[in-house]
Amino acid sequence: MTLPLYGTASLSTGFQTDRARSVLRLQSVDSNSERHAADFALVKTGEEFGRAVEANWPSIFIVSDGSIPGPVSEALECRVVTVPQKYDYLRDGDVLGFDHSSKKFRTLFRKNSAHNSLLVTERCNNYCLMCSQPPKDVDDRWLLDEIKESLALIDPNTHALTFTGGETLSDWEDFIEVLKECRDRLPRTAVQVLTNGRAFADSRVVDAWRDIAHPKLMAAIPLYASVDHLHDHVVQAKGAFDETVLGILKLKDRRQRVEIRVVLHALTAPMIAETCRWIARNLPFVDHVALMGLENTGFAIANDAMLWIDPVDYRDALALAVDHLTAAGVNVSVYNLPKCVLARSVWPHALQSISDWKNGFVDECNRCDEKPDCSGFFTTGRPRFSRGIHAITA
Amino acid sequence: MARFLAPEAFSAATEDLSLLPFNLERTGTNQYLVANMVGDFIRLTEDELNRLVDLRIRPGDGLYEKAYAAHLITGTNQTAQRQLLAARLRSRMSFLRQVTPLHIFVVTLRCEHSCPYCQVSRQSTDRSRFDMSEETAMRALDIAFASPSGRIKIEFQGGEPLLNFPMIRTIVEAAKARSGKKVDFVIASNLALLDDTVLDFCKANNILLSTSLDGPADLHNKNRPRPGGNSHKLAVAGIRAAREVLGPDRVGALMTTTEASLDRVDEIIDQYLQLGLDGIFLRPLSPFGFAVKTKQFQKYDANKWLNFYERGLRRVLEINRQGTPFREFYAALILTRMLSDRPIGYVDLRSPAGVGLGALVYNYDGSVFASDEGRMLAEAGDNAFRLGHVDHDTYKSLVLSDKLIDAVSSSLTQCAPECSTCVYESHCGADPVYHHATQGDALGIKPLSAFCARQKGIMGLLLDILENSPKDAAILRRWANA
Ligand code: SF4
Ligand code: SF4
Repeated sequence: MTLPLYGTASLSTGFQTDRARSVLRLQSVDSNSERHAADFALVKTGEEFGRAVEANWPSIFIVSDGSIPGPVSEALECRVVTVPQKYDYLRDGDVLGFDHSSKKFRTLFRKNSAHNSLLVTERCNNYCLMCSQPPKDVDDRWLLDEIKESLALIDPNTHALTFTGGETLSDWEDFIEVLKECRDRLPRTAVQVLTNGRAFADSRVVDAWRDIAHPKLMAAIPLYASVDHLHDHVVQAKGAFDETVLGILKLKDRRQRVEIRVVLHALTAPMIAETCRWIARNLPFVDHVALMGLENTGFAIANDAMLWIDPVDYRDALALAVDHLTAAGVNVSVYNLPKCVLARSVWPHALQSISDWKNGFVDECNRCDEKPDCSGFFTTGRPRFSRGIHAITA
Repeated sequence: MARFLAPEAFSAATEDLSLLPFNLERTGTNQYLVANMVGDFIRLTEDELNRLVDLRIRPGDGLYEKAYAAHLITGTNQTAQRQLLAARLRSRMSFLRQVTPLHIFVVTLRCEHSCPYCQVSRQSTDRSRFDMSEETAMRALDIAFASPSGRIKIEFQGGEPLLNFPMIRTIVEAAKARSGKKVDFVIASNLALLDDTVLDFCKANNILLSTSLDGPADLHNKNRPRPGGNSHKLAVAGIRAAREVLGPDRVGALMTTTEASLDRVDEIIDQYLQLGLDGIFLRPLSPFGFAVKTKQFQKYDANKWLNFYERGLRRVLEINRQGTPFREFYAALILTRMLSDRPIGYVDLRSPAGVGLGALVYNYDGSVFASDEGRMLAEAGDNAFRLGHVDHDTYKSLVLSDKLIDAVSSSLTQCAPECSTCVYESHCGADPVYHHATQGDALGIKPLSAFCARQKGIMGLLLDILENSPKDAAILRRWANA
C-alpha cells in the first residue's frame, strides 16, 4: 500500500497572510505537553472537536471527509485545517508543511515511521539515468527554511532521519547550518545525508562537514563503477567520478562516516562484482556499502529499455560482489531486492529496506516462508517483476 | 530521450590520458604480470602492454577499463586516483610511525644446548663473563624507553635466557615501574629449563613464550644436541605446560630449517599440528654466525628450499581443506601485504629496513646491534651492525649513527637496482644484514641473492594459487584478513 504523503486540504482558515507557509505538528487533543505555536490538535471525530475547543486549542487539524466542525466560524479565532479521510494515517507527533494559499500540504515527518526523509532541494549537478526524484532547476530554498522549522518539532528520540535531494549540498553553507541544528536538537538520531559526494572534493565543504561534529552523521554517496566514464555516463556528468571518489577520500581522511551506494540496473549490475572488488581493494575503510535494487520510478521509467535487468540475471554477480566486500571486512547490505531472487549467501545481508509507505507483495508471497523477512517490492512508479519470484518453502 | 547523453559523451580523449607508475615482469611468451604503485596485480598480454604504454587505448575497448580500474592510467586533469594511491601508500608505509617497537635483551650468552647452526651461544658456567649485568640492563632500558613508540615489546634472548632468569625478573619489574609506555614481554627460550616459578611469573606478568621446535624428535634432537639428548621431549613438554598455564595463544614455536629438514616438511608440520599450534613459520636457514663459518647455508640453494616451502604450503592448505584452520605464517604475512593495505612492519621484510628502526638488540656485554643477525656477525668478527654501547650512547646517537643510516639508505628497495623495477617490490623488503653477510654489501646484487630468489618464488607461488585454485585461494584470503 502506498501512503499518500502529500495532498490538498479541503478547508483552511485563520492563517496569517504575511507568511506563505507554515509547519504544523499534530498533537492529541488531550495532550498536556507544553503547546508550541506550531501545534495543532488532531481531530478525527465531532466529539474530539468538541474537546479541542473546550481545551482552548488555538489550532485544530481535522481528518475527515464529512463536515465535523459544523460550527467552525472565523469567530472562533482558531486556525483550522481539514484534510480528507485518506490521510487517516496521521498521528500525534507527525509534522507537516502547509502552503497557505494553495492549501497544499506535505507530510514531512511521521513519528511512527522508521523511514523519515526530508527533501532538501530538487536541484542537482548530476542527472542520473535512473533518478527517482528528477532534478529541477528551481529556486526551492524555502525547503531548507521549512526543514529548519521542522527540526524543532521532531521527536528527539527519533531513531533515524534521512536528508534527500536533488543534491543536498547544492546550497552547502545553508545545509550545513541545518545539520548543526540536528546536532543540537537530535544528537541521538542517526542522520543520513544522501549526496552525490562531489561537493566534498572542495576542502572547504568537507572541513565544514567535519566541524558539524554530529555523533551519528553519515554521508551516503553513490558510486557506480570502478572506471570514470562508466560512472559519469550513469550520472550524466563528466568529471563526476573523479570528484565523488576524491570526496569520499577527503571525508574518510577527516574520519567522517561514509556509506557507498550502488543502484543496480542494466548498466551497473553486470559489473557489480568488479565494482565491489575495486571498492574492497581501494576503499575498504568506508563504513558501509549498500547494494540497492532499482525503484522503477522517475527517470527509470523513461530509461526502462536501457536500465531494466531481471535481478535473477545478476544473482551470481551480486553474490560475488558481497563476497569480495565481506572478505575485506567491509559491511555490506543488499536493499530493495526480494529474497527469492538472491543467492542464499546474500540473505544475511538482505534487509527489509523499502520504506513502509511504499512496499508491497504479490500473491505468490502469501505462500512464502520468507515473507516476514523479505523486502517485497516497490509499489511506487511502474513496478517490474522478476521472472525469478517464487515462494520459498521448507 | 534526447536530453540524456550517450556513453561516448563521457569518454576521455587520448591526449587527456597519463600513465601512472607500474612495474612488470614477463611471465610467459605473451604474458606479463603487472603491479601498480601499491602492488595490485593484473595480467596483460604483450599486445595489451604495448598499447597501454603507447596510450593506444580508448574508453570502451576493454583495456582502458582494465587499466583504469587497476590505476595504470588516469586522466591528466583528474586527481582522485593519485590521491587514492597516495592514501593507500601512506597506509601501507605507516608502520614507520612505530619507530623501534622491538627491543631485544640478550640476558646471557650461555646455553645448555650446543646446536651446530647456533650463531652465538657459549657452553660455560662463567656467569660473570657471559651474563648481562643489572647496570647494563638498566642502561638498555633507558634507551628502550627513549624510543618514540608508545608501545614497545621487550624480548629476552640468549643463549638460553632462562639461565639468567633473575635478570629477566629485574628487567620486567623495572620496565613495569617506569611510566610512559605500554610494554609487552616475550621470552625466547628452548623451554628446557621451564618450571613452575617461570610459568607463574609469566602468567602474573602476561609474558609470551616463544620457543624452537624443528619437527619430529630425531630431527629436532639432531639439530639441537644437549646433554641427555632430550631437547625435543623438553620442548614439547614445555609447550604443553605453557599452553595449559598461560593459554593456547601465549606460546609460539619457530622452526629452524637445516639440510636434514628438506625432505621432511610434512612430518614437521604434523608435529606442530599435533601440539595444537595454530600454524607454522617455514623459515629458511639463516646464513649468520657459525652457520656462515661452517658454510652450512650453502649446502642447499634457494630452489631446494623453495621446493621444501611449496610442499609445506600445499600440505598446510590440505590440512585446511580437511577442516582444521592452520596457517603458514610467512605466506600470511605476504598475503596481508598483497591483499590489503594494512601496515606490516615485520622487521625482516620491510623497506626502509627494520634494522635499528624496527628493533635494537642489547647484547649481554652492553654493545648494541641493529638486529639479532648483526650481533651474530659480530661474534664472527664483523662489526658492521654494531651501533654502539649502552655506556656511551643514547637512543638518538644509535639510531642516527652513520652505520645505521648508511645501511638503511643504501638498501631501500624503492630505489635499488632490480628491486625498484621489480613487480613484487610493494610486498618485499630490504635485508641489508643478509646481503652484507652473503655479498659484503648491504644492498646486494639481487640476481645473485638467495633472499631475492626465495621472495620471487614464494610470491609467484602465492599468486598462482590465488588465480588458479579457487578453494585454496579462499583459504589464503582468510589468512590475509586474520
Ligand atoms: S515470494 Fe515474495 S515474500 Fe517470498 S521471497 Fe519472493 S518476493 Fe519475498
Ligand atoms: S629482493 Fe628481489 S623480489 Fe624483492 S623487491 Fe628486490 S628484486 Fe624484487
